[in-house]
Amino acid sequence: MKSTPLFLAVMAMTAAVTVRAAEVSVAVAANFTAPMKAIAAGFEKDTGHKATLAFGATGKFYAQIRNGAPFQMLLSADDETPARLEREGLTVAGSRFTYAVGSLVLWSSKPGYVDARGEVLKQGDYKKLALANPRLAPYGRAAMEVLAGLGLTETATPRFVLGENIAQTYQFVSTGNAELGFVALSQVMKEGRVASGSAWIVPGKLHAPIRQDAVILAAGKDNAAASALMAYLKGDKARAIMGTYGYE
Amino acid sequence: MDLGFTDADWGAIWLTLKLATVTTGLLLLIGTPIAWRLARTRAWWKGPVAAVVALPLVLPPTVLGFYLLVALGPNGPVGSLTQSLGLGVLPFTFWGLVVASVFYSMPFVVQPLQNAFEAIGDRPLEVAATLRAGLWDTFFTVILPLARPGFLTAAILGFAHTVGEFGVVLMIGGNIPDETRVVSVQIYDHVEAMDYAAAHGLALGMVVFSFLVLWALYHFNPTRPRK
Repeated sequence: MKSTPLFLAVMAMTAAVTVRAAEVSVAVAANFTAPMKAIAAGFEKDTGHKATLAFGATGKFYAQIRNGAPFQMLLSADDETPARLEREGLTVAGSRFTYAVGSLVLWSSKPGYVDARGEVLKQGDYKKLALANPRLAPYGRAAMEVLAGLGLTETATPRFVLGENIAQTYQFVSTGNAELGFVALSQVMKEGRVASGSAWIVPGKLHAPIRQDAVILAAGKDNAAASALMAYLKGDKARAIMGTYGYE
Repeated sequence: MDLGFTDADWGAIWLTLKLATVTTGLLLLIGTPIAWRLARTRAWWKGPVAAVVALPLVLPPTVLGFYLLVALGPNGPVGSLTQSLGLGVLPFTFWGLVVASVFYSMPFVVQPLQNAFEAIGDRPLEVAATLRAGLWDTFFTVILPLARPGFLTAAILGFAHTVGEFGVVLMIGGNIPDETRVVSVQIYDHVEAMDYAAAHGLALGMVVFSFLVLWALYHFNPTRPRK
Protein backbone atom coordinates (compact mmCIF):
# COMPACT_ATOMS: atom_id res chain seq x y z
CA MET A 1 0.00 0.00 0.00
CA LYS A 2 2.97 2.22 0.63
CA SER A 3 3.86 2.20 -3.02
CA THR A 4 0.58 3.72 -4.16
CA PRO A 5 1.34 7.38 -3.33
CA LEU A 6 4.78 6.96 -4.88
CA PHE A 7 3.24 5.42 -7.97
CA LEU A 8 0.77 8.27 -8.22
CA ALA A 9 3.53 10.78 -7.77
CA VAL A 10 5.55 9.20 -10.57
CA MET A 11 2.46 9.19 -12.78
CA ALA A 12 1.78 12.82 -11.99
CA MET A 13 5.35 13.77 -12.78
CA THR A 14 5.37 11.90 -16.06
CA ALA A 15 2.11 13.54 -17.02
CA ALA A 16 3.48 16.94 -16.07
CA VAL A 17 6.58 16.34 -18.19
CA THR A 18 4.48 15.25 -21.15
CA VAL A 19 2.38 18.38 -20.88
CA ARG A 20 5.39 20.59 -20.38
CA ALA A 21 7.62 19.31 -23.19
CA ALA A 22 5.46 20.38 -26.07
CA GLU A 23 6.53 20.91 -29.64
CA VAL A 24 5.83 23.88 -31.88
CA SER A 25 6.34 24.12 -35.63
CA VAL A 26 7.40 27.59 -36.72
CA ALA A 27 7.50 29.19 -40.16
CA VAL A 28 10.43 31.62 -40.11
CA ALA A 29 11.22 34.42 -42.58
CA ALA A 30 14.43 33.71 -44.51
CA ASN A 31 16.22 36.81 -43.17
CA PHE A 32 15.78 35.56 -39.59
CA THR A 33 17.34 32.14 -40.26
CA ALA A 34 20.65 32.54 -38.45
CA PRO A 35 19.40 34.24 -35.25
CA MET A 36 16.39 31.90 -35.03
CA LYS A 37 18.60 28.82 -35.06
CA ALA A 38 20.54 30.25 -32.10
CA ILE A 39 17.38 31.35 -30.32
CA ALA A 40 15.67 27.97 -30.81
CA ALA A 41 18.69 26.16 -29.39
CA GLY A 42 18.56 28.34 -26.25
CA PHE A 43 14.77 27.98 -26.06
CA GLU A 44 14.95 24.18 -26.14
CA LYS A 45 17.68 24.11 -23.53
CA ASP A 46 15.96 26.57 -21.18
CA THR A 47 12.35 25.39 -21.45
CA GLY A 48 12.52 21.74 -22.54
CA HIS A 49 10.11 22.50 -25.37
CA LYS A 50 11.01 21.75 -28.94
CA ALA A 51 10.77 24.17 -31.88
CA THR A 52 10.70 22.76 -35.42
CA LEU A 53 11.76 25.47 -37.86
CA ALA A 54 10.93 25.96 -41.54
CA PHE A 55 12.65 28.82 -43.37
CA GLY A 56 11.35 30.56 -46.48
CA ALA A 57 9.60 33.46 -48.14
CA THR A 58 6.78 35.02 -46.14
CA GLY A 59 4.47 35.16 -49.17
CA LYS A 60 4.85 31.43 -49.69
CA PHE A 61 4.14 30.74 -46.04
CA TYR A 62 1.01 32.87 -46.30
CA ALA A 63 -0.26 30.79 -49.23
CA GLN A 64 0.54 27.58 -47.40
CA ILE A 65 -1.12 28.69 -44.15
CA ARG A 66 -4.24 29.78 -46.04
CA ASN A 67 -4.32 26.33 -47.54
CA GLY A 68 -4.07 24.45 -44.30
CA ALA A 69 -0.33 24.12 -43.64
CA PRO A 70 0.15 22.86 -40.07
CA PHE A 71 2.40 25.72 -38.90
CA GLN A 72 1.62 26.88 -35.40
CA MET A 73 3.60 30.09 -35.43
CA LEU A 74 4.77 32.57 -38.05
CA LEU A 75 7.80 34.80 -37.70
CA SER A 76 7.11 37.03 -40.66
CA ALA A 77 9.48 39.27 -42.62
CA ASP A 78 6.89 42.05 -42.47
CA ASP A 79 4.00 43.30 -40.37
CA GLU A 80 1.37 43.11 -43.12
CA THR A 81 1.16 39.35 -43.52
CA PRO A 82 0.46 38.58 -39.84
CA ALA A 83 -2.12 41.39 -39.76
CA ARG A 84 -3.76 39.97 -42.85
CA LEU A 85 -3.86 36.46 -41.38
CA GLU A 86 -5.37 37.97 -38.23
CA ARG A 87 -8.13 39.69 -40.22
CA GLU A 88 -8.85 36.38 -41.91
CA GLY A 89 -9.27 34.69 -38.54
CA LEU A 90 -6.32 32.35 -39.00
CA THR A 91 -4.41 33.44 -35.90
CA VAL A 92 -4.83 33.43 -32.14
CA ALA A 93 -6.26 36.87 -31.40
CA GLY A 94 -4.00 39.17 -29.40
CA SER A 95 -0.82 37.16 -29.97
CA ARG A 96 0.69 39.40 -32.65
CA PHE A 97 3.73 41.52 -31.75
CA THR A 98 6.84 43.00 -33.39
CA TYR A 99 9.72 40.68 -32.56
CA ALA A 100 12.40 42.45 -34.57
CA VAL A 101 13.08 45.54 -36.66
CA GLY A 102 15.38 44.63 -39.52
CA SER A 103 18.24 46.62 -40.99
CA LEU A 104 19.16 46.87 -44.64
CA VAL A 105 22.73 46.73 -45.86
CA LEU A 106 24.35 47.37 -49.23
CA TRP A 107 26.85 44.56 -49.47
CA SER A 108 29.52 43.17 -51.79
CA SER A 109 31.50 40.00 -51.34
CA LYS A 110 34.57 41.96 -52.55
CA PRO A 111 36.49 43.64 -49.71
CA GLY A 112 36.86 47.38 -50.19
CA TYR A 113 34.22 47.60 -52.94
CA VAL A 114 31.48 49.25 -50.91
CA ASP A 115 32.48 52.42 -49.05
CA ALA A 116 31.12 53.42 -45.66
CA ARG A 117 28.66 55.91 -47.20
CA GLY A 118 27.33 53.97 -50.15
CA GLU A 119 28.89 56.32 -52.72
CA VAL A 120 29.52 53.28 -54.92
CA LEU A 121 25.82 53.41 -55.87
CA LYS A 122 26.13 56.96 -57.18
CA GLN A 123 29.35 56.34 -59.08
CA GLY A 124 27.39 53.60 -60.78
CA ASP A 125 30.12 51.54 -62.44
CA TYR A 126 28.64 48.28 -61.19
CA LYS A 127 27.01 45.85 -63.63
CA LYS A 128 24.38 44.15 -61.47
CA LEU A 129 22.57 45.20 -58.33
CA ALA A 130 20.77 42.39 -56.50
CA LEU A 131 17.73 43.01 -54.36
CA ALA A 132 14.82 40.95 -53.13
CA ASN A 133 11.77 41.20 -55.39
CA PRO A 134 10.02 44.35 -54.06
CA ARG A 135 6.67 42.88 -55.01
CA LEU A 136 7.25 40.01 -52.60
CA ALA A 137 9.76 40.98 -49.96
CA PRO A 138 9.87 43.84 -47.43
CA TYR A 139 13.66 44.12 -47.75
CA GLY A 140 13.17 44.63 -51.48
CA ARG A 141 10.60 47.36 -50.84
CA ALA A 142 12.98 49.06 -48.41
CA ALA A 143 15.75 48.92 -51.03
CA MET A 144 13.45 50.60 -53.57
CA GLU A 145 12.70 53.37 -51.05
CA VAL A 146 16.41 53.94 -50.49
CA LEU A 147 17.09 54.17 -54.23
CA ALA A 148 14.15 56.51 -54.74
CA GLY A 149 15.32 58.70 -51.84
CA LEU A 150 18.80 58.96 -53.38
CA GLY A 151 17.31 59.69 -56.81
CA LEU A 152 18.95 56.59 -58.27
CA THR A 153 15.92 54.52 -59.28
CA GLU A 154 16.31 55.25 -62.97
CA THR A 155 20.01 54.46 -63.26
CA ALA A 156 19.76 51.35 -61.08
CA THR A 157 16.63 49.68 -62.46
CA PRO A 158 18.18 48.33 -65.70
CA ARG A 159 20.81 46.61 -63.58
CA PHE A 160 18.44 44.92 -61.14
CA VAL A 161 18.56 41.22 -60.52
CA LEU A 162 15.74 40.10 -58.26
CA GLY A 163 15.96 37.34 -55.71
CA GLU A 164 12.80 35.46 -54.87
CA ASN A 165 13.56 36.13 -51.23
CA ILE A 166 16.39 37.69 -49.28
CA ALA A 167 18.30 34.38 -49.01
CA GLN A 168 18.48 34.06 -52.77
CA THR A 169 19.50 37.70 -53.09
CA TYR A 170 22.39 36.99 -50.72
CA GLN A 171 23.34 34.00 -52.89
CA PHE A 172 23.58 36.21 -56.01
CA VAL A 173 25.96 38.58 -54.23
CA SER A 174 28.03 36.04 -52.31
CA THR A 175 28.83 34.09 -55.51
CA GLY A 176 29.99 37.36 -57.08
CA ASN A 177 27.42 37.18 -59.87
CA ALA A 178 26.14 40.55 -58.72
CA GLU A 179 28.86 42.94 -57.49
CA LEU A 180 26.39 44.70 -55.24
CA GLY A 181 23.21 43.84 -53.43
CA PHE A 182 20.76 45.02 -50.80
CA VAL A 183 20.52 42.24 -48.24
CA ALA A 184 19.51 41.96 -44.60
CA LEU A 185 22.17 43.03 -42.13
CA SER A 186 21.50 39.80 -40.24
CA GLN A 187 22.84 37.80 -43.18
CA VAL A 188 26.28 39.39 -43.25
CA MET A 189 26.70 40.13 -39.56
CA LYS A 190 28.37 37.79 -37.12
CA GLU A 191 29.07 38.64 -33.50
CA GLY A 192 28.26 42.28 -33.97
CA ARG A 193 30.29 43.03 -37.11
CA VAL A 194 30.14 42.49 -40.86
CA ALA A 195 31.94 39.20 -41.30
CA SER A 196 33.15 39.34 -44.92
CA GLY A 197 33.29 41.55 -48.00
CA SER A 198 32.40 45.22 -47.69
CA ALA A 199 29.19 46.91 -46.63
CA TRP A 200 27.26 50.11 -46.13
CA ILE A 201 24.73 49.79 -43.35
CA VAL A 202 21.86 51.85 -44.73
CA PRO A 203 20.69 54.47 -42.21
CA GLY A 204 17.21 53.61 -40.96
CA LYS A 205 15.88 57.06 -41.92
CA LEU A 206 16.25 56.25 -45.63
CA HIS A 207 13.41 53.73 -45.59
CA ALA A 208 10.29 52.87 -43.63
CA PRO A 209 11.12 50.62 -40.68
CA ILE A 210 11.18 46.92 -41.55
CA ARG A 211 8.95 45.72 -38.75
CA GLN A 212 8.83 41.97 -38.49
CA ASP A 213 5.82 40.58 -36.65
CA ALA A 214 5.26 37.22 -35.02
CA VAL A 215 1.90 35.61 -34.49
CA ILE A 216 0.49 32.35 -33.13
CA LEU A 217 -1.55 30.65 -35.82
CA ALA A 218 -4.88 28.90 -35.29
CA ALA A 219 -3.15 25.51 -35.30
CA GLY A 220 -1.02 26.65 -32.35
CA LYS A 221 -3.94 27.51 -30.10
CA ASP A 222 -3.49 25.94 -26.62
CA ASN A 223 0.04 24.84 -27.53
CA ALA A 224 2.19 25.51 -24.48
CA ALA A 225 5.37 25.56 -26.56
CA ALA A 226 3.97 28.26 -28.86
CA SER A 227 3.15 30.67 -26.05
CA ALA A 228 6.45 29.83 -24.35
CA LEU A 229 8.37 30.66 -27.54
CA MET A 230 6.49 33.95 -27.90
CA ALA A 231 7.51 34.84 -24.35
CA TYR A 232 11.07 33.69 -25.00
CA LEU A 233 11.34 35.98 -28.04
CA LYS A 234 10.53 38.93 -25.77
CA GLY A 235 13.13 37.87 -23.21
CA ASP A 236 16.65 39.22 -22.70
CA LYS A 237 18.46 36.18 -24.07
CA ALA A 238 16.65 36.28 -27.41
CA ARG A 239 16.99 40.08 -27.61
CA ALA A 240 20.74 39.77 -27.06
CA ILE A 241 21.09 37.21 -29.85
CA MET A 242 19.07 39.43 -32.21
CA GLY A 243 21.35 42.35 -31.31
CA THR A 244 24.47 40.52 -32.44
CA TYR A 245 22.80 40.01 -35.84
CA GLY A 246 21.99 43.69 -36.20
CA TYR A 247 18.28 43.66 -35.34
CA GLU A 248 16.88 46.42 -33.18
CA MET B 1 -9.01 37.98 -77.50
CA ASP B 2 -8.54 39.26 -73.98
CA LEU B 3 -7.08 36.63 -71.72
CA GLY B 4 -6.46 39.13 -68.94
CA PHE B 5 -2.72 39.07 -69.54
CA THR B 6 -0.67 42.15 -68.76
CA ASP B 7 2.23 43.39 -70.89
CA ALA B 8 4.57 41.74 -68.41
CA ASP B 9 2.73 38.43 -68.91
CA TRP B 10 3.01 38.70 -72.70
CA GLY B 11 6.68 39.56 -72.32
CA ALA B 12 7.20 36.42 -70.26
CA ILE B 13 5.29 34.30 -72.80
CA TRP B 14 7.31 35.64 -75.74
CA LEU B 15 10.56 35.19 -73.84
CA THR B 16 9.67 31.60 -72.92
CA LEU B 17 8.89 30.70 -76.53
CA LYS B 18 12.13 32.32 -77.68
CA LEU B 19 14.16 30.45 -75.06
CA ALA B 20 12.53 27.12 -75.95
CA THR B 21 13.05 27.66 -79.68
CA VAL B 22 16.73 28.61 -79.40
CA THR B 23 17.38 25.79 -76.92
CA THR B 24 15.65 23.19 -79.09
CA GLY B 25 17.60 24.30 -82.17
CA LEU B 26 20.91 24.10 -80.35
CA LEU B 27 20.01 20.78 -78.77
CA LEU B 28 19.21 19.20 -82.13
CA LEU B 29 22.61 20.38 -83.40
CA ILE B 30 24.54 19.22 -80.33
CA GLY B 31 22.40 16.22 -79.44
CA THR B 32 22.41 14.55 -82.86
CA PRO B 33 26.15 13.72 -82.99
CA ILE B 34 26.12 12.70 -79.31
CA ALA B 35 23.11 10.43 -79.82
CA TRP B 36 24.65 9.02 -82.99
CA ARG B 37 27.92 8.15 -81.28
CA LEU B 38 26.09 6.64 -78.34
CA ALA B 39 23.91 4.57 -80.65
CA ARG B 40 26.77 3.23 -82.77
CA THR B 41 29.48 2.51 -80.23
CA ARG B 42 30.27 -0.31 -77.88
CA ALA B 43 33.25 1.53 -76.38
CA TRP B 44 33.83 1.68 -72.64
CA TRP B 45 32.83 5.35 -72.47
CA LYS B 46 29.29 4.73 -73.69
CA GLY B 47 27.99 4.06 -70.17
CA PRO B 48 29.55 7.09 -68.45
CA VAL B 49 28.60 9.49 -71.27
CA ALA B 50 25.02 8.21 -71.36
CA ALA B 51 24.87 8.62 -67.58
CA VAL B 52 26.11 12.22 -67.73
CA VAL B 53 23.55 13.06 -70.42
CA ALA B 54 20.77 11.54 -68.27
CA LEU B 55 21.84 13.25 -65.02
CA PRO B 56 19.35 16.15 -65.28
CA LEU B 57 16.53 13.58 -65.24
CA VAL B 58 17.31 12.65 -61.67
CA LEU B 59 19.13 15.68 -60.22
CA PRO B 60 16.99 18.33 -58.54
CA PRO B 61 17.10 21.65 -60.44
CA THR B 62 18.58 23.21 -57.30
CA VAL B 63 21.77 21.17 -57.79
CA LEU B 64 22.12 22.12 -61.44
CA GLY B 65 21.18 25.75 -60.73
CA PHE B 66 23.58 26.03 -57.83
CA TYR B 67 26.54 24.62 -59.75
CA LEU B 68 25.74 26.73 -62.81
CA LEU B 69 25.58 29.84 -60.63
CA VAL B 70 28.97 29.04 -59.13
CA ALA B 71 30.64 27.77 -62.33
CA LEU B 72 29.34 30.54 -64.61
CA GLY B 73 29.95 33.26 -62.00
CA PRO B 74 32.96 35.59 -62.12
CA ASN B 75 34.97 33.36 -59.76
CA GLY B 76 34.02 30.08 -61.47
CA PRO B 77 35.95 28.27 -64.21
CA VAL B 78 33.44 28.98 -66.99
CA GLY B 79 32.91 32.54 -65.78
CA SER B 80 36.66 33.23 -65.88
CA LEU B 81 36.76 31.93 -69.43
CA THR B 82 33.77 33.96 -70.67
CA GLN B 83 35.21 37.05 -69.01
CA SER B 84 38.63 36.61 -70.62
CA LEU B 85 36.83 36.26 -73.97
CA GLY B 86 35.16 39.58 -73.31
CA LEU B 87 31.69 38.04 -73.04
CA GLY B 88 31.09 38.99 -69.40
CA VAL B 89 29.37 36.48 -67.16
CA LEU B 90 26.34 34.42 -68.13
CA PRO B 91 24.05 34.38 -65.08
CA PHE B 92 21.17 36.86 -65.29
CA THR B 93 21.30 36.86 -69.10
CA PHE B 94 19.19 35.23 -71.79
CA TRP B 95 22.20 33.28 -73.06
CA GLY B 96 22.89 32.08 -69.53
CA LEU B 97 19.40 30.58 -69.52
CA VAL B 98 20.08 29.02 -72.93
CA VAL B 99 23.23 27.33 -71.59
CA ALA B 100 21.34 26.10 -68.53
CA SER B 101 18.41 24.86 -70.62
CA VAL B 102 20.70 22.99 -73.01
CA PHE B 103 22.05 20.98 -70.08
CA TYR B 104 18.66 20.64 -68.47
CA SER B 105 16.77 19.42 -71.55
CA MET B 106 19.62 17.40 -73.06
CA PRO B 107 18.30 13.93 -72.11
CA PHE B 108 14.89 14.73 -73.58
CA VAL B 109 16.52 15.24 -76.98
CA VAL B 110 19.39 12.75 -76.92
CA GLN B 111 17.45 9.74 -75.70
CA PRO B 112 14.70 9.69 -78.38
CA LEU B 113 17.36 10.30 -81.05
CA GLN B 114 19.56 7.53 -79.70
CA ASN B 115 16.61 5.11 -79.70
CA ALA B 116 15.74 6.08 -83.27
CA PHE B 117 19.34 5.65 -84.44
CA GLU B 118 19.65 2.28 -82.72
CA ALA B 119 16.43 1.12 -84.41
CA ILE B 120 17.91 1.81 -87.85
CA GLY B 121 20.47 -0.92 -87.40
CA ASP B 122 23.53 -1.64 -89.56
CA ARG B 123 21.82 -2.83 -92.73
CA PRO B 124 20.65 0.48 -94.31
CA LEU B 125 24.05 2.02 -93.61
CA GLU B 126 25.87 -0.89 -95.24
CA VAL B 127 23.65 -0.60 -98.27
CA ALA B 128 24.31 3.14 -98.43
CA ALA B 129 28.05 2.47 -98.18
CA THR B 130 28.00 -0.08 -101.04
CA LEU B 131 26.24 2.58 -103.13
CA ARG B 132 29.16 4.90 -102.28
CA ALA B 133 27.06 7.41 -100.40
CA GLY B 134 29.17 9.89 -98.40
CA LEU B 135 28.62 10.78 -94.77
CA TRP B 136 26.31 13.76 -95.37
CA ASP B 137 24.52 12.02 -98.21
CA THR B 138 23.85 9.04 -95.95
CA PHE B 139 22.69 11.32 -93.18
CA PHE B 140 20.18 13.26 -95.26
CA THR B 141 18.89 10.47 -97.50
CA VAL B 142 18.98 7.46 -95.16
CA ILE B 143 19.30 8.36 -91.49
CA LEU B 144 17.12 11.46 -91.35
CA PRO B 145 14.08 9.91 -93.09
CA LEU B 146 14.35 6.70 -91.08
CA ALA B 147 14.80 8.54 -87.77
CA ARG B 148 12.18 11.21 -88.50
CA PRO B 149 9.82 10.18 -85.68
CA GLY B 150 12.78 10.28 -83.31
CA PHE B 151 13.67 13.83 -84.39
CA LEU B 152 10.07 14.92 -84.01
CA THR B 153 9.83 13.43 -80.52
CA ALA B 154 13.17 14.95 -79.54
CA ALA B 155 12.20 18.42 -80.77
CA ILE B 156 8.77 18.37 -79.11
CA LEU B 157 10.06 17.05 -75.79
CA GLY B 158 13.06 19.39 -75.76
CA PHE B 159 10.81 22.37 -76.47
CA ALA B 160 8.12 21.42 -73.97
CA HIS B 161 10.60 20.60 -71.23
CA THR B 162 12.32 23.96 -71.66
CA VAL B 163 8.97 25.76 -71.47
CA GLY B 164 8.31 23.89 -68.24
CA GLU B 165 11.65 24.76 -66.69
CA PHE B 166 11.53 26.57 -63.38
CA GLY B 167 14.04 25.78 -60.66
CA VAL B 168 17.18 26.36 -62.68
CA VAL B 169 15.86 29.61 -64.13
CA LEU B 170 14.90 30.83 -60.69
CA MET B 171 18.40 30.16 -59.42
CA ILE B 172 20.44 31.78 -62.20
CA GLY B 173 17.92 34.09 -63.85
CA GLY B 174 17.51 36.98 -61.44
CA ASN B 175 13.94 37.66 -62.61
CA ILE B 176 14.75 40.35 -65.19
CA PRO B 177 11.80 41.40 -67.41
CA ASP B 178 12.21 40.36 -71.07
CA GLU B 179 15.59 38.81 -70.30
CA THR B 180 15.13 36.00 -67.77
CA ARG B 181 11.57 36.30 -66.43
CA VAL B 182 9.94 33.30 -68.10
CA VAL B 183 6.31 32.22 -67.66
CA SER B 184 6.97 29.75 -64.84
CA VAL B 185 8.75 32.47 -62.82
CA GLN B 186 6.00 34.97 -63.60
CA ILE B 187 3.39 32.50 -62.30
CA TYR B 188 5.46 31.96 -59.17
CA ASP B 189 5.63 35.74 -58.61
CA HIS B 190 1.87 36.09 -59.02
CA VAL B 191 1.29 33.32 -56.48
CA GLU B 192 3.81 34.72 -54.00
CA ALA B 193 2.31 38.19 -54.34
CA MET B 194 -1.09 36.60 -53.60
CA ASP B 195 -2.44 37.68 -56.99
CA TYR B 196 -4.14 34.35 -57.58
CA ALA B 197 -6.33 35.57 -60.45
CA ALA B 198 -3.31 36.51 -62.56
CA ALA B 199 -1.60 33.25 -61.61
CA HIS B 200 -4.63 31.24 -62.73
CA GLY B 201 -4.64 32.82 -66.20
CA LEU B 202 -1.04 31.90 -66.95
CA ALA B 203 -1.12 28.58 -65.12
CA LEU B 204 -4.16 27.42 -67.04
CA GLY B 205 -2.42 28.49 -70.24
CA MET B 206 0.53 26.28 -69.30
CA VAL B 207 -1.71 23.28 -68.64
CA VAL B 208 -3.50 23.70 -71.98
CA PHE B 209 -0.22 24.21 -73.85
CA SER B 210 1.43 21.17 -72.29
CA PHE B 211 -1.60 19.03 -72.98
CA LEU B 212 -1.71 20.07 -76.64
CA VAL B 213 2.00 19.44 -77.07
CA LEU B 214 1.82 15.95 -75.61
CA TRP B 215 -1.31 15.20 -77.60
CA ALA B 216 0.51 16.25 -80.77
CA LEU B 217 3.37 13.99 -79.76
CA TYR B 218 1.13 10.96 -79.44
CA HIS B 219 -0.78 11.90 -82.58
CA PHE B 220 2.33 12.04 -84.77
CA ASN B 221 4.03 9.14 -83.00
CA PRO B 222 1.37 6.60 -82.15
CA THR B 223 2.84 3.73 -80.16
CA ARG B 224 1.72 0.68 -82.07
CA PRO B 225 1.72 -2.71 -80.46
CA ARG B 226 4.76 -4.63 -81.68
CA LYS B 227 4.26 -7.78 -83.68
